[in-house]
Amino acid sequence: MQQEFIFAGFGGQGVLLMGQLIAYAALYEGKKVSWIPSYGPEMRGGTANCTVVVSDREIGSPVVTRPSCVVAMNLPSLDKFEDKVKPGGVLVINSSMINREPRRTDITVIKVPATATATELGNQRVANMVALGAVVEATRVVSVEGLVETLRKKLPAHHQDLLPLNQKAIEVGRSFVPSTV
Amino acid sequence: MSEKLLMKGNEALGEAAVRAGCRLYFAYPITPQSELPEYLSRRMPEVGGVFLQAESEIAAINMVYGASGAGARVMTSSSSPGISLKQEGLSYIAGAELPCVIVNMARGGPGLGSIQPSQSDYLQATKGGGHGDYRLIVLAPASVQEIVDLTTLAFDLADKYRNPVMIMGDGLLGQMMEPVTFPDEVKKDLPPKPWATTGWKKDRPKNIINSLELQPERLEEHNRHLQEKYARIAREETRWEEYLTQDAEVVVVAYGTVARIARSAVEAAREKGIKAGLFRPITLWPYPYDALGRLAETAKNFLTVEMNCGQMVEDVRLAVNGQRPVYFYGRSGGMVPTPEEVSAEIEKLAYGRCEA
Repeated sequence: MQQEFIFAGFGGQGVLLMGQLIAYAALYEGKKVSWIPSYGPEMRGGTANCTVVVSDREIGSPVVTRPSCVVAMNLPSLDKFEDKVKPGGVLVINSSMINREPRRTDITVIKVPATATATELGNQRVANMVALGAVVEATRVVSVEGLVETLRKKLPAHHQDLLPLNQKAIEVGRSFVPSTV
Repeated sequence: MSEKLLMKGNEALGEAAVRAGCRLYFAYPITPQSELPEYLSRRMPEVGGVFLQAESEIAAINMVYGASGAGARVMTSSSSPGISLKQEGLSYIAGAELPCVIVNMARGGPGLGSIQPSQSDYLQATKGGGHGDYRLIVLAPASVQEIVDLTTLAFDLADKYRNPVMIMGDGLLGQMMEPVTFPDEVKKDLPPKPWATTGWKKDRPKNIINSLELQPERLEEHNRHLQEKYARIAREETRWEEYLTQDAEVVVVAYGTVARIARSAVEAAREKGIKAGLFRPITLWPYPYDALGRLAETAKNFLTVEMNCGQMVEDVRLAVNGQRPVYFYGRSGGMVPTPEEVSAEIEKLAYGRCEA
């Protein structure tokens, strides 16, 4: 069993961290993982993405052209990666910042108003955690408990007070995934 | 072994160097290897070591020359254009037979090129790049864990043979995060270096570190000695990995990051019933000519895949020695081949739709 993810969005939306958290959580659950960022002449506010592979066995290519799941946190990311989702795969979009419908009909589209939800929760910066909750719910790549435990391990000591907020964001994110998925 | 950590290739290399006993690191920043100086700028002071950001790549390699001459385990790192600047120093270090480790996290060229991954320094690394009859031992890791393993090996080989060792990765490998474990204990028993210039107390003959020899007879003798050493290294230190090659009709030859991509392509080809295999050189010099050549007895075609315009093809052809055709597929300039592209090339060869 192997799953491939591309997390994409504006720089600052925390897409690289989303990928790292999935990679760490999968690592803690005994899976093989790889994480590669798009690196280039980028600037704050520019686009960023990372590719994560989670597998039961040795990972060949860390470079992925047909990911089983794409997370698009903004419109340019949807435009760039919608066509790349593997048929039958999952596309999670941040519907707060994407004002068009995805065109694909051969994949599962999950709309998550991540930015709006995060703002309601009191901190726009947890939009990535809202989306991540939906990702975990839809793909089961790691357990929710594992993801929360990973957050606990990775949050620096002076930010541990943010754990409940992040945990809440993940929980709310999960609720956007229809129970049929 | 310690617990599994998720680390970038560049950072893992820095930690592995520290655990191999490296306490001196001289470098100048350049993308895509800057996480290495960043990591060691923080880490070296913790272990009583020194990271010195040199004023240039040329200064850094000559600091390595000096520190190695004094017997230290020492490392420098850069990416392609910076490695070009170090070539004069590398020739001097090889000539003076000094152990050191040089890291090249290669990027697209020629010139300043791009900051994206590339393997277009293969010829520079394996055939010279500086002047004179010298060789670097060149190690090509394909995963973050192998970066750690080969960094430890690099320092040991450098000391064992008194020879500079290059770790050649690429931007992708440097930026990629994968799980790694490190050896538990820092090496403490480093081999003695009786040749080092550590200060003369009239208790031994004077040690001189030098690469100048104006007497041609003596320089020729020195060259003979170096060649004998290089032959010994080739006999004893050639490393490679084979994957599904035993019955392979199409053998893909690839190293580093591209070997990972090729491995996926080989697996995809196998699923379609094509007998494909992967031959991965781990030492680019010494090159595993004999092991690769043996595969020509069973394989029908060889496909070299690289992130350059075909720099390793001549080594594959030397190994295969005309017994089978050798084809090439590559991307350059910072473009990374996809498993699908490589699969398509394998299929072309398997179904005989190739052009010589």
